[in-house]
Formats: sequence, C-alpha cells, structure tokens
Amino acid sequence: MSDLALRVENISKQYRIGVVQDRPDTLRDLLVSRVGRIRHWFSCKGQRRDENLTHIWALKNISFEVKRGQVLGIVGRNGAGKSTLLKILSRVTDPTEGYGEIHGRVGSLLEVGTGFHPELSGRENIYLNGAILGMRREEIDRKFDEIVAFSEVGKFIDTPVKRFSSGMYLRLAFAVAAHLDPEILVVDEVLAVGDAEFQRKCLGKMNDVAQEGRTVLFVSHNMSAILRLTQETIVLDEGRIVMRGPTPEAVDTYLNMGLTKQGERFWASSELSGKPTPFQPVALRVLNRTGNVVDTVNAGEGFSIEVEYNLTDDITGLRVGLYLLTTRGEYVFTSFDVDDPALYDSFSTRKAGHYVSRCDIPPNLMNEGRFVLGVNASIYRIRRLFQEDKALTFTVDATGAPGSQWPEKRLGPVRPKLEWKIETIEK
Amino acid sequence: MQNSRQRNNQTPIIYLKPSTGWLSVNFQELWRYRELIYFLTWRDIKVRYKQAALGIFWAILQPLLTMTIFALIFGFLLKIPSENVPYPLFSLTALLPWQLFATALQRSSISLVGNANLITKVYFPRLAIPLSSVFAALVDFGVSFIVLLGVMAYYRFWPGLNILWLLPMILLSLLTALSVGLWLSALNVQYRDVQHMVPFIIQVWMYASPIVYPIETIPEGIWRWLYSLNPMTGVIQGFRWVLLGAAPPDLTFLISVVVVIVLLFSGLFYFRRMEKTFADIV
Repeated sequence: MSDLALRVENISKQYRIGVVQDRPDTLRDLLVSRVGRIRHWFSCKGQRRDENLTHIWALKNISFEVKRGQVLGIVGRNGAGKSTLLKILSRVTDPTEGYGEIHGRVGSLLEVGTGFHPELSGRENIYLNGAILGMRREEIDRKFDEIVAFSEVGKFIDTPVKRFSSGMYLRLAFAVAAHLDPEILVVDEVLAVGDAEFQRKCLGKMNDVAQEGRTVLFVSHNMSAILRLTQETIVLDEGRIVMRGPTPEAVDTYLNMGLTKQGERFWASSELSGKPTPFQPVALRVLNRTGNVVDTVNAGEGFSIEVEYNLTDDITGLRVGLYLLTTRGEYVFTSFDVDDPALYDSFSTRKAGHYVSRCDIPPNLMNEGRFVLGVNASIYRIRRLFQEDKALTFTVDATGAPGSQWPEKRLGPVRPKLEWKIETIEK
Repeated sequence: MQNSRQRNNQTPIIYLKPSTGWLSVNFQELWRYRELIYFLTWRDIKVRYKQAALGIFWAILQPLLTMTIFALIFGFLLKIPSENVPYPLFSLTALLPWQLFATALQRSSISLVGNANLITKVYFPRLAIPLSSVFAALVDFGVSFIVLLGVMAYYRFWPGLNILWLLPMILLSLLTALSVGLWLSALNVQYRDVQHMVPFIIQVWMYASPIVYPIETIPEGIWRWLYSLNPMTGVIQGFRWVLLGAAPPDLTFLISVVVVIVLLFSGLFYFRRMEKTFADIV
C-alpha cells in the first residue's frame, strides 16, 4: 500500500456522440430542442431515446494499480480509450463513474508544445510552457540553460518561434517537457513526431526518466519503444482492459488483435474508397504446398503467397510487392513480383484485366511463429497505387524445420537450412 | 487506511471521481497556480502588442482618440451637460473604467474557447484563464491612466482626499467585468452565439452607462432605480466622485455593488459547475 503511486477502480467515461440536436451547440438548437422536448413530452410520454444510440462508453470499468517507480505501457488501437484514460489520469476530464487516487504530483505530456505561442520568442515560450506544465518559475530559471542546450536551438532562443523550422520547434517543445520533474509522468504519443534523430533523442530521455525510478505511464504505437521502456503493459480494446502482463506478451496480444483471419484477406470495394486507382486488390492468400488456403503453414515444406487483383487500366512499370513482418513489426523481407529483370521486361506494361501474382517461399526458410503480411503496389518512383501494412497474419509451424530434434525455441524470424561443415583441425 | 493517512503528510493525494453538482471555489489551489495566471496575463499583453509599431502606446492612444470624438460630438455639437467639468475630462473619467470593463469582458468571454488547446491537454484551475484576461485588461488601464493624469493636469483639476477610494473603485470595475466574463466564457464553451453577441452587448451597455451623459439625465424615481441595476453606473459614478469631486455615492451606488456581488457569486458557481465538462465539449 505504501509504495502505491496510482490506483483506479471501475473508471468509466461516457461521451455523447454527434447525433444532431442531442447536444445543442447554439442557442437556436437549444431552443429548438427544448420546444421539441416539450412537444415530445405531450405526444408520447415516457418513450425515451435509446441511450446506446447517442452515448458511447470510451472507457468501461477500468481498474488497475501502479506501484511507485513502475513504468507501465498502455497500448491499444485507435479509439481503444488510451487517450481518454490519460486525460482522466491527468485530470483534464472527469470520469463518468468510478474512483481513483493518485499519490503525488502528476505531470502530463499529452502533446509537446502545449500553449506555445508563435509570436513569442523561444525564451518566452520556455517560461510560458513551463508554467502551463506546472513548473515553478525558479525551477525554470534553474533549468533554463539545460533546456536550451537540450533543444539545440542555441542562438535562436530570442527569435519568435513562428520563424523556427518545425524541427527546432519540436526540439524546444520537447526540451521543456523533458525537464518536468513530477513524481508521476503521464506521456501520450509524443514521440511519434519529428525526424528519426529527434525520436532517438526523445526515447533516450524517456529511458533516463524511467531509470531514475520515476513512475511513468507511457502510451505509444511504437512497439519497439514500449518494449524498450516498459516491463509491464496494459492492452486496451473498446474501452476495456484486455490484458495486463509482461510487455512482450502484451505487445504480442495487441499485434494479433483483429488479425485473426484464416489465411485469406478479401478487399471489399467499399474499403477501397478514397482516390481511385487503376489497381484494385481482390485478395491476399497464404497457400500450403498442395494449394489450399491455410492459416498455418509448415516451415519444412514451403508455401506460397498470392495477391489477386484487377487492373482497370493499362499500367506501365507496375510492381506488386509483399512485406513480411514479425508481429512485433520488424521486417523480415520485402519482395516484388518483377524483381527478376526478365519478368520485368515481359510485363513492362500490364493490360487492364484480372491478375494473380504468386511467390513461392522455399522450404526451411521461416522460423516458427506468427507473421504479418503487407501488400504494396506501385510504379517505382512515380506513384504508389495501393498499400496495406497489416493485411494478413499466418502461423508458421516448425515441425520438420532444421534442428527440430531439439524442442527448444529458436531466436530470430528465419530458420534457414544451412550447409555446415565440421572439420577436425587437430585430433 | 492508517498507512494512507500517514502518506498524506508527504505527498498530496489527488482523487479522481465524477463531479457532482455545485462545487466551491478552491482558492488555495488558485493561489498555488498564481504563477500560471501571471504568465497567461503576461502572454496576453505581450501578444497583443507584438508586431504593432506603436506597441503599448495604443493603450494611450485609444482612450485619447475616443475622448476627442466624444468631446466633439457630445460636448461641442450636442452640448450635453457635464456637471461643471470640462467635457473631455468628464467623458475620460468614465471612459477609463468603461474600457477596462469592456476589454476585460470581451477578452474573458472568448478566453476559454481561445485556450481550448490548453484546456484539453493540461490540468489547471480553469478560473486561471478568465482571470488572466481580466488582469491583462488592468495593465492597459494602468497605462491609459497616465492620459487621465495628463488631462487632469491640463485642466488644473486636483483630486481631493477621495483619491484614496480609487483602488476600491478599480477593484469594483474589475469584479464587474470578471463576474460577467465568468458567465459569458462558460456559456461560450457550449454556445458560440455568445461571442457574436458580446460586441453588441458592449455597445448597448455603453449607452446604458453614464459615460457620454451625466446620471442626472435619467429621471429620478423608478427609472433611476432601474438604471442603477447596471453595475457600471455605480462604478462610473464612483470614479467621477473620486477623481472629479462629483456627487458622492448614494443608494444607487449600493444597488450596483449588490448587483455585482450577486453576479460574481452566481458566475463563480456556474463556472465551477461547467468547468468539468469544458475539456469534453469545447
């Protein structure tokens, strides 16, 4: 009990959703709805509008505890309730039901650069932003030089930030936030912005914070960041906690959520709305050696992957490709159907029509585990026609794979059959 | 349980629970956030005069120009009586508290919506936002007060001991602006109609206050009573008394003060009640 940093019990949050005239946004709407309600009341008493149509539960019965010094990850798809949860924990909004208590000062970083004003200089924004994030003035005075050094904006510190490049702006904003010193830090997807170098720096700083024994709640879509920074993670889906467990397991659960199709993925025409392209995917399939659509393939046998598609127009230079990823999002390989120059020449222009591009994955290549397939169709350097990163998942079974006489788990996504020679150099 | 009570001494415990009903104002917390209020006020002023060639000089120019126009039209052309005080000075003494009120009202009513990015991302007492816009108006007031001193010196007008009442009068006009600002800012979060209404409200309110004409123009009796329900009547009356030695505050002044108090407390309560929903609906 004494080392408890945070505890929530059955926290729920309900939002009203955009049913017209449910929430009057202008006085006119208000008057209309009031009059309507009275009229309604007279005509059909007691008939209430179904609450489920006008309200959604962004969070439902969330309970968990965080110990002092723990770094807890929170993952979930868009709309799973992560942001709502963080908003409640940082007291931006109230829960509709439930109870929670937080032991200590909370610093919330739901966004970098909250309250930055473009007209003010870097120096002025450091003070303003610091005050907004809850720093005291003398605290900012003390850390000022450190913040400027971290942000690398140097001599531009007295320039209005509207003249900053977006990179400088982000660095300065993160620098202020990174020097916040609360007992409990709540961080949303703030690392998803900026270039690779900036992200590396942010992650490094987050790592430091985590090492210092601070309590941190960390939301991200970046699984490698979650894996690196946290030991324990909560998976949210549709406003509920699906699981809480060691981060690697939680990340696997999250990545496999909603991806349980049986070896085949069809695209409905309604999914392909947006800008029309001449490339219309029909299906993506994983086939075993006998040509059946399967969810599980045998690593020792080899298997095939095929993309079926329609071309509504002739396309010159089209290439259709596959990405193979692990469920943690690491790429295993990328391959295109016209990688072979001879094939590229014979299909330099594909006429409108119905096609299948199929590739064979040789036996003894993949390790056991679950894998993700992505599809891409493009004209090199001209135009991307279609892309879906997580189109399908499938399982590779290791029966008969090299070395399967030992039941141990092998590391790495591939498990190739390699030629080994053993030579005796000295007897 | 024992344990958590002991902890209480070292670390503050923040409770998260659904808000219910009317909440009292947490002045202690507001005081802890005084630096934020300071920085928000400072930002408002800084940003307002950034990239303006004349900068804060506008705070001097505005009342000066308005006074000149009023003096020409109402004093010189329409010959409106001005209680034996030169008309420019007569209107300027009213214009200063009026502009303090109008600026504070205008800025505070849009303040919550204008700071929506803060409200949806960071926790702090929401009162800090309308408060800081009212304080920002006070800085303008301070600058334009120099104009008043200049005009008084020009007409050789020296205020008596009444000048000691100046601060309470300034406070009263600030509270008037704050109380109306609280209502309008909270209403504006949900009904954006408010921000369209505010310029109109200010215009009507100005002519309903004794700025270009003396309060004696209003017939005594029931009309005067109704008229003093406008809290700015009391404020302006007070300013003329303090600075120009006009008739001292009477019962009508007291009515204005009571109206301000009622507006202020109801405004605070309404604001606190709506506060918890700002982040969800702004």
